[in-house]
Amino acid sequence: MSTTTMPAGTKWWSGGRSPFNASYGKVMMWYFLMSDAFTFGAFLISYGTIRFSVNNWADPNHVFNAFPFAGHANLPLAFVSLMTFILIASSVTMVLAVHEGHNMNRKGVEKYMILTIIGGIAFLSCQAWEWTHLITGDHAVLVNGQVEHWGTTVAKNPWGPEVLHNGQAIATPGPIAFGGYFFGITGFHGFHVFSGVVINIIMYIKTKMGHFDQRGHYEMIEKAGLYWHFVDLVWVFVFLCFYLI
Amino acid sequence: MSAHVSSPEITFHPEHSGSTKKIWRTFWILSLLTIIELVIGLVIYNIHKGENPNATLVLAFKGMVCILTMAKAYYIVSIFMHLGDEVRNLIMTIVVPLVLFVWFIIAFLSDGNSWKNLRNTNAGSKPYTEQKVEHKAPAAVEQGDKK
Repeated sequence: MSTTTMPAGTKWWSGGRSPFNASYGKVMMWYFLMSDAFTFGAFLISYGTIRFSVNNWADPNHVFNAFPFAGHANLPLAFVSLMTFILIASSVTMVLAVHEGHNMNRKGVEKYMILTIIGGIAFLSCQAWEWTHLITGDHAVLVNGQVEHWGTTVAKNPWGPEVLHNGQAIATPGPIAFGGYFFGITGFHGFHVFSGVVINIIMYIKTKMGHFDQRGHYEMIEKAGLYWHFVDLVWVFVFLCFYLI
Repeated sequence: MSAHVSSPEITFHPEHSGSTKKIWRTFWILSLLTIIELVIGLVIYNIHKGENPNATLVLAFKGMVCILTMAKAYYIVSIFMHLGDEVRNLIMTIVVPLVLFVWFIIAFLSDGNSWKNLRNTNAGSKPYTEQKVEHKAPAAVEQGDKK
């Protein structure tokens, strides 16, 4: 905490100044993000509750082992680590944009906002590919003694425990909740990424038009940055809950 | 050099250093933590591939990943979101409500676990047996095949 410039003995709560030393908009952005954290937390904890209550759950290393253009190669965690690094990198460009904003450097803000937007679009494209791959994927499942081919959807989970069928190991249907939680939570996160990209594009246009130079500060970039970093923060937990454990 | 928000409610502006060294250092820390997480993920994958996965070991590795994730969350919020540079009042008004998550996680996960116990003991009427589907066919499925 940089307390160097803090006036000693400031009476924060006696009126006339923000007790949080921040503008109304920034404080409200923080409160919104805190409430959003509770929403995501409720989703993830509900997922955890269901997962704790069943004996079998899909092994993420089997479900998420594909990579674009790699055919049927078994590459556990590879694609999702790419997505994670894309999001971390776009977080860095966002914080650099905020930094340039503090220095009132419009060209710098523009450059880093563009990079952040590209990172966001890249992440969304990755997620679109991953969803398509899961939904259209074909997996042999033994249902009532018959072999069926299922994709992963909110209604079908082909990732249950394996049994022997005619001398070959074949999966059985897994807990139906898997698809609902996976698509629900990553979809809600993806929607946040999408709205973050839209907000960042608006901020880029406003920067380009010189609105923040006229205003004399780049606080809007800071607030958009808070939202964007929150999206990255949520992904850290989604990554943990769905792909790692 | 620093832009000042012209608002009378703001008492002072946190010092924003001119260099981006701290940002890049945080980037490398986050990358390193992610790589360690991935390595642990692959270790768990290899333990699962073995004949008899050691449940305690897997749990220990999963716990390590959770701790690393908390560290990543700290760095993102504190450095990237600049919460660490704000005054104590703002930090507390955001962080203190999040303590509810401690209760939230303990209560709900133990609720899930209790459901599992009810399932596996038929609501307490038989000894705990986890219906594990091993890599061999249950008798019922094989009979179904022959028909």
